Amino acid sequence: MAQIGTGEQRPLSPHLQVWRWHVTMLGSILHRATGFANYVGVALIVLWLFAAAMGPGRYAQYEQIAAHPITQIILFGFTFSIVYHLLNGVRHLFLDAGAGYKPAFASMTAWIVLGLSLIGAAAIWLLAGLVPGVAIGGGA
Amino acid sequence: MSKAKASIRTPRAQVRGLGSAKHGVGHFIGQRGSAIALIFLVPWLLIGLRTRSAAATAAMMWIEVPLNGLAIFLALGAATYHMRLGMQVVIEDYISRPITRMILLILNTFFCVLLFAVAGYSVVVIAA
Repeated sequence: MAQIGTGEQRPLSPHLQVWRWHVTMLGSILHRATGFANYVGVALIVLWLFAAAMGPGRYAQYEQIAAHPITQIILFGFTFSIVYHLLNGVRHLFLDAGAGYKPAFASMTAWIVLGLSLIGAAAIWLLAGLVPGVAIGGGA
Repeated sequence: MSKAKASIRTPRAQVRGLGSAKHGVGHFIGQRGSAIALIFLVPWLLIGLRTRSAAATAAMMWIEVPLNGLAIFLALGAATYHMRLGMQVVIEDYISRPITRMILLILNTFFCVLLFAVAGYSVVVIAA
């Protein structure tokens, strides 16, 4: 808002391109991106719930759309998004408390969260029997 | 005038009343509180949704169990609250035009409250 009215030359923060990419930066950007994705994803969950409330006919319609390969890719992305935002959210709670700021440690936890999220999303889909042709422990 | 000079804010900003709305701490705590609730509620939902089946009956039977229905209600309550706060920050960060910003902030609230209402309605319909 500094430009408005006062005519003062206020310092600008360094712009995006002068930063070297590093994993804590990626982790932070992904946290916001996945938060945004989860916003849309929660609407899909509520739609699913509403379809169930509207009876078997509507539910079958929802399931038909959900079973489409493109929807499946979106839903797997949403699964990753949920797991990432959850795990990185816990990491952020520690950061909020002032812990885990040593650069090497912060980078390590960012990598761990990223890796665990990919493994977690894959594990959820395997365990829920959502991967075509793979059946582990029941599921759909 | 001496009071204005003691502040780092420009006199004009002071007159327009710009600056802290004194809601920051509440927002921060609300975001973290709902985050802690979701640490417990989201895994419960994920485990529960594992029973999701192509047939409506399996999903509805899971939701009909009072504890599960309550968990869904609580999870979506915490989630819609949490995401309203989160999206508010995103809007405030990227949208600088006051009228656009205000409209988006209101739509954000409407959308999250609507989702929560539909979720609550659905759980009640299924359980009834």
